[in-house]
Amino acid sequence: MKRTLMVFTLLFAGSAWADGNENLAPAASNLKWKNECSACHMAYPPALLPERSWRRMMAGLERHFGQDASLDAATAKEITDFLVKNSADRAGGKRAKKVLGSLGPNEAPLRISETAWFVHEHDEVAPQVWKRPKVGSPANCSACHPGAEHGSYSEHQIRIPR
Amino acid sequence: MTRSLFLIAGLLACSAAQAAPQELLQSYATQAKQENPQFQAFSATRGEQFYHAKRMHSSGKAQSCAACHTDNPKSAGRNEKTGKEVLPLAPIANKDRLTDPAKVEKWFKRNCQDVLERACTAQEKGDFLSYLLSVK
Repeated sequence: MKRTLMVFTLLFAGSAWADGNENLAPAASNLKWKNECSACHMAYPPALLPERSWRRMMAGLERHFGQDASLDAATAKEITDFLVKNSADRAGGKRAKKVLGSLGPNEAPLRISETAWFVHEHDEVAPQVWKRPKVGSPANCSACHPGAEHGSYSEHQIRIPR
Repeated sequence: MTRSLFLIAGLLACSAAQAAPQELLQSYATQAKQENPQFQAFSATRGEQFYHAKRMHSSGKAQSCAACHTDNPKSAGRNEKTGKEVLPLAPIANKDRLTDPAKVEKWFKRNCQDVLERACTAQEKGDFLSYLLSVK
């Protein structure tokens, strides 16, 4: 019994590891995407939202989560093209597929944390943990995933601040 | 010879870095005259008042430049929504500030909307820049 449990645990850990270790940084980066998005927050991995979400996001930058984040037309187009090219629909990879699979065909969330995939992945995180001063909100990936800025969300690296 | 070349290169580099804020002020002065024929000059004092002034936003929250950039433009601030650090606004504390006109305009457009819920006038922008440049 104990052995079976161990095998199960190993199997489970193995699959989580393989999935969680996949780097989410876009294959080729884009300087405008990196600089413009990270002026106010981390440049979130484009693979974690579908094309329809990114298009909706980029069409509403003047009211971006309560702040005006408007860009000139040329920059906005370059960033939109980059996001679409690397979106969950087109990026390939296990997690991109899971994100996409967790959404209805017409669902176009603007927050990665609103996808069913994200909610499932974080269902062990208690509500009060998100509110800790060093975390703040689910938008603050780097609080618990130190490699987030570089696309690394490995489960082994998770450090939840007290 | 090598030394004087270095000196010239150094001076050129300095003047290039200094030119941008003055050119920006000049172009805001031209615009200010178009917006208001009575326009005289920019005022660092008025810019300082503008920087600190609290305005009631339609969201019900008092807003000001200082709310994110802190009371001292030589200090780093924080984006009030995301908590991300904002580097100091005063060129004395951050030499890259006010050297890229497109960046200055991008942030005036965004922040005037977020704080005042309208675009800023050229007079306001010039006063604001004059204040930041006057900070020692």
